[in-house]
Amino acid sequence: MLDKTGFPLEMTGEDTPMVSFRKVNKSYGALTVLDDLDLDVAAGEMVSIIGPSGSGKTTVLRMLMTLERINGGVIYVDGKPLTHMPKGGHLVPANERHLRSRRADIGMCFQHFNLFPHMTALENCMEGPVQVLGLSKAEARDRSEELLEMVGMISKKDQHPSRLSGGQQQRVAIARALAMRPKVMLFDEVTSALDPEVIGEVTNVIRKLVSEHNLTMLMVTHQMGFARDISDRVCFFYGGRIEEQGPPAELFGNPQRERTQQFLSAVREAV
Amino acid sequence: MFDWKWEFTWEILPRLVYATGNTLIAAGAGYVIAVVFGLMLALAQRTPSRALTFTVREFVEFIRSTPLILQIFFVFYVGPQFGVRLSPWMSGMIAIGLHYACYLSEVYRGGIESVPKGQWEAAIALNMTTAQKYRRVIIPQAIPPALAGMGNYLVGIFKDTPMLSVIGVAELIHTANAIGSENYRFLEPYTMVGIIFLAISLPAAGLIRLFEGYVRRKLGL
Repeated sequence: MLDKTGFPLEMTGEDTPMVSFRKVNKSYGALTVLDDLDLDVAAGEMVSIIGPSGSGKTTVLRMLMTLERINGGVIYVDGKPLTHMPKGGHLVPANERHLRSRRADIGMCFQHFNLFPHMTALENCMEGPVQVLGLSKAEARDRSEELLEMVGMISKKDQHPSRLSGGQQQRVAIARALAMRPKVMLFDEVTSALDPEVIGEVTNVIRKLVSEHNLTMLMVTHQMGFARDISDRVCFFYGGRIEEQGPPAELFGNPQRERTQQFLSAVREAV
Repeated sequence: MFDWKWEFTWEILPRLVYATGNTLIAAGAGYVIAVVFGLMLALAQRTPSRALTFTVREFVEFIRSTPLILQIFFVFYVGPQFGVRLSPWMSGMIAIGLHYACYLSEVYRGGIESVPKGQWEAAIALNMTTAQKYRRVIIPQAIPPALAGMGNYLVGIFKDTPMLSVIGVAELIHTANAIGSENYRFLEPYTMVGIIFLAISLPAAGLIRLFEGYVRRKLGL
């Protein structure tokens, strides 16, 4: 069933993407950040987003996390509208209640970690499960400790973030996001604020997630080698739209568009 | 010319100590009102309702721009015309509490605004409700930077309690006045009041700084 503006009220069928952007627009005043963006991400797929700064790549994640409202189009998660809700056979902009019910499927890690400084690593991980999901403290502790173990931070579980290095903080932040058991994980330049020597400890955790878990992931990154290694698909953003996308071997090995070629050669020269 | 009488000083001391108790109760009760109501004023200015935000902001500006003594007179003398008949103590607490609530709301606002945007975003990413965001994430981080300001106003409210003497609250100045006019001696009572204020205000400032450090450590900041 379609909304009067032509957007489905719900996406059904076997190949329903986990995440679907339909003609999504976002602008700040006169500046268009996303221009009629269409992007589907299949369940379990790992998609990397690359592109020059200002190309809208981070905005994609921020809108999916509902940190910002879109100006046009609809975003679906797991077949159901995220940014909108059905009302009288139409899609209307979502209210806070709808957002809260749909946001549970999505988790996000930030460039600057954004751990809660007044809580220990373990408390950071337990906070969402206890407060938001309503788990008992014991259950939340088990779940959090398991995840801290997975990211190699169990020995630092009682430390506050101020006592942890950037790489350690980011690993705790990944555990915190996973403790909410999201279906979709978003990584927003998670290694950009890190010292070069600790980038590996964070990328290794993400590699592990890719190989051992069936999460759907979107990652904005400046690390082309990493994106090439672990992605199922790479999207090159330019001017608020996808200029070119494909499997990493093709996009990096044989880019078709001139802007992609320019960007990739500029990045290579910079290294 | 300088005939300080120790005997008289000892004689009036018990009354002054008793009045000090009243002053501390007045300051303490007024401060509790200010702390709680001030937070409500600060949070009300952050709701999506523009009408509420505007009204509260104007109210805060109005209170901050008019003298405390006028507000005390208003509550005590004008209140009854609207059927609000309050004792001097109640009127005093409400007036001074409201007055300082407005100042504290600005302190809270500064504290809340000092919390980085990323903390809000992390709270959204964990799917918290608005109440959870404030209670669990924002306010614990907004308090430490606000503590210095909150402490200043605690001392401020203490030093402003003499205003309550004008409506007959038996705090320090009121008692010193009474002693003075009963005995035709003002030197000793007023000097003692000054010393009492000093003896409480000075250590309070130091204690507040210690408390601030303790809270920061406790929160791991």
